[in-house]
Amino acid sequence: MAIWADENIRLLVQGITGHQGQFHTKAMQEFGTNVVAGVTPGKGGMQVHGVPVYNSVEDAMEKEPNASIVFVPAAFAKDAVIEALDAGIKMVVVITENIPFHDAMQFIHYAMYKKARVIGPNCPGIASPGKSKIGIFPNIIFSKGSVGIASRSGTLTYEIVAALSQAGIGQSTCIGLGGDPVTGTTFIDALKAFEEDEETKAIVMVGEIGGTAEEEAAEYIKKEVSKPVYAYIAGRTAPAGKRMGHAGAIISGSMGTAESKIKALEEAGVKVARFPYEIAELVKNDKEIW
Amino acid sequence: MKLFEYQGKELFRNYGIAVPKSVVVQSKEELEKIDMPFPWVLKAQVLVGGRGKAGGVKIASSIEEAKKAFDEIMGMEIKGERVKKILVEEKAEIEKEMYLSFFLDRSSRQYLMMFSPHGGVDIEAMKENVKKIYINPLIGLQSYHLRKLPKETRSIAGRLYRLFIEKDCELAEINPLAISGEAAIALDSKIIVDDNALYRHNELPKENAELTPLEKEAREKGIAFVQLDGNIGVIANGAGLTMATLDALNEFNGRGGVFLDLGGTDDPEKVKQALEIMVKAKPKVILINLFGGITKCDTVARGIMEFMEEHDTPPIVARIKGVNEDIAREMLKDYVIALDSFREVAKKAAELGG
Repeated sequence: MAIWADENIRLLVQGITGHQGQFHTKAMQEFGTNVVAGVTPGKGGMQVHGVPVYNSVEDAMEKEPNASIVFVPAAFAKDAVIEALDAGIKMVVVITENIPFHDAMQFIHYAMYKKARVIGPNCPGIASPGKSKIGIFPNIIFSKGSVGIASRSGTLTYEIVAALSQAGIGQSTCIGLGGDPVTGTTFIDALKAFEEDEETKAIVMVGEIGGTAEEEAAEYIKKEVSKPVYAYIAGRTAPAGKRMGHAGAIISGSMGTAESKIKALEEAGVKVARFPYEIAELVKNDKEIW
Repeated sequence: MKLFEYQGKELFRNYGIAVPKSVVVQSKEELEKIDMPFPWVLKAQVLVGGRGKAGGVKIASSIEEAKKAFDEIMGMEIKGERVKKILVEEKAEIEKEMYLSFFLDRSSRQYLMMFSPHGGVDIEAMKENVKKIYINPLIGLQSYHLRKLPKETRSIAGRLYRLFIEKDCELAEINPLAISGEAAIALDSKIIVDDNALYRHNELPKENAELTPLEKEAREKGIAFVQLDGNIGVIANGAGLTMATLDALNEFNGRGGVFLDLGGTDDPEKVKQALEIMVKAKPKVILINLFGGITKCDTVARGIMEFMEEHDTPPIVARIKGVNEDIAREMLKDYVIALDSFREVAKKAAELGG
């Protein structure tokens, strides 16, 4: 099973001829992803690691892609996402960072109208070990198993996944939601999908300061999630009003603090780790799962 | 990027939002040239809130009073921010003070228009009578949204919405919005523009006054860098990992002084640039916490080594995990205190930080 990224993915890479596009096309192929086409306007006819490049998504549709990953620079990202949605693609993973949030609001709402899923922006993508990866996670950290992970962070997630693998705990799907204030896929979307996924036995959330997504997730967990949930929240010592690297990681007034998130999650029965590496220990020692 | 009140009010004028007559001054001599009937209001131009309570706003009924108020306000520090400019404004007739804003509501993923018939206080303190009107970003503001507001504020709300969208704002706020008869007038402005959209707004001020000089330098080099009040400089790759490292330090009573997210890099030069700016912040100890995936550990190690050959640095404690970690550790063994675990490295850095 796994969620959203499985063995049936036929992937389109938008911005395939750029440095990142080329590098990660190869890495995704090595992971086992079926990359069927790429798009870079003006570069149609080329090949990148054996993948044919087209001038437009419409042209690339002859290869019947059912998902797309966007490496296009921030100023052109909205255009690329809308182009994919208009061509009928139902899942678009947006890696690009520094996209103006008004642009993101438009393509996220347009995706809702098109009944399509956007993952990101400003995210590492999604990976289901043994099936497919639509993203930039390092391949070596993963092992196949039954823990689902949803995270607002990149490298911190690699750290936590690697620690899980080292402890002998594999993953069903790992999804990076993105570090921006508004993302196409939320903790609640991921929790719902993991709850329904037969392969997933436990869920790990990696949150951070800013906004109230974790608090809302805690409410949802109370009502709808029966599987054990673990969490780590970054930014306990971050000062208010400073943007900590991610556009979305900012405490505004009294809103978005780590304390508020940890409290809400603990009240919902979530086990919250003090250090990232404690997640693997907590999951491993949980007698309820194993 | 936050705009100063006077910069926000210039935008308001361009959008036909009424503001009081005003002049921005930096010297007392400029006060003499102001041709405006008394009383005046002299307002410190700072980006932090709470300037009224701090004594940064004064009323003057004569040029003598204005000069005295100028002396009191100019150069004062409000929450650590020094006053460099004063806005001198004609005192407006006020019958009622209201509140109006547009911002991004992260939770609903919609634009939100907030209105209160009682302005002048912090919006977080407003509990009653606050109207929240959600706006779909694809559809935009409609007339029926505006009909939920008092008649005299509708035109100004429509104009403020247009500014919010066209200038890529995170927040466009008028508080207080003064009502005098049929007229509505913006007595203050609070505008935050999305940093990621500044590239398409050459018309906006270039100077981001919120950032420290080092933060500005870092931004120009594309390095995410935040100055904090401790003495341990943290370098990690990825914003989440950097924050997690600062949190871990705190568990051992260490205090982070710099947040530096190296990001994904395969270039030793970028590592050297990061260290260069870190050293300028004068931390007592530097903590490097690296998880190499796409970023190779030995690339970062090369950058550290080359930098330390050419420059003096405070002691560096490092934990380097991931691709090519063995090579990296071997390279750095005479340069840094290398430790294996997240916990150990945080503990050691906290000790050295004292």
